[in-house]
Amino acid sequence: MSHKDNLFVAAVSGFVLALALALGQLTRPAIIIGWVDVFGDWKPHMMVFFVGASGAYHLFARIHAWKRAQGAADACAVKPMRIDARLLIGATIFGVGWGIAGACPGPALTTLGAGAPWAAVFVGAMAVGLRLADAPRLRGPAKSAESRGPLGKAARPWPIRSEG
Amino acid sequence: MTTTIATLAAGALFGAGAGLLLIANGRIAGISGIAAGAFSPQRGDFAWRALFLLGLLLGGRVALHLVPAAIVPAPPRPLAWLVVAGLCIGFGARLANGCTSGHGVCGVGRLSLRSLVATAIFTAAGAFTRVVWLRFGGAS
Repeated sequence: MSHKDNLFVAAVSGFVLALALALGQLTRPAIIIGWVDVFGDWKPHMMVFFVGASGAYHLFARIHAWKRAQGAADACAVKPMRIDARLLIGATIFGVGWGIAGACPGPALTTLGAGAPWAAVFVGAMAVGLRLADAPRLRGPAKSAESRGPLGKAARPWPIRSEG
Repeated sequence: MTTTIATLAAGALFGAGAGLLLIANGRIAGISGIAAGAFSPQRGDFAWRALFLLGLLLGGRVALHLVPAAIVPAPPRPLAWLVVAGLCIGFGARLANGCTSGHGVCGVGRLSLRSLVATAIFTAAGAFTRVVWLRFGGAS
């Protein structure tokens, strides 16, 4: 791999994300439940967090796109992906998980770091779910988009695959 | 109002932490994707994932002291339901190539239609599940 990840940055990023989730109270399952409780006791809290997060991220994404336009070769080139059945089915199953427990990967890992045993149960099941979806039969052609290489000229404004 | 601004600021901090990973490493801060790669390690692609996850855990540890009210020590659901939810979250996120952070924040922040659709479906399926859950007597 020609791409070299800065390990310190990776750790700092994870650390900041956990702190931000806790500061925004997103670690409380009641917040996510409040967001999906559209027909009941709906709470906009999570949307407010999202607006702040995606708004700030947008600025970084613009800087990143600009850096690449200048020819910086620090990023991974990933093919843009389509809206396909995998996305629709996966997102639906994910939403069911939200509706049941109000837990999410980031908040659960943060809560695990804080030492709550229930988060270990959730994260363990989540790890199994992640692996199951990686079974060769389910991978499909979409997986090929994961091959990463050095960045050429950015043909499109946002050629990065979303993974989360 | 103060809560709203504080929540916006916390969100912006999240966006900055994710943006840092994009600018410095060219990586999308998708937590489920990073975890999936760490759980199925490949040569040359493991260390940064492991350190990112360690950072998350450490951040949780610090949050316990900094914002103790944000940490919920008691299980929000019976453990069997947490297992079901965890399986759904892991499987669904991997299939959809993203969860709340990857699609909801990074994808939407990049104005990706795919991510907007994913986030809308997360919410719609969550809302439906919530109705069914309450209909069948689940705890709120």
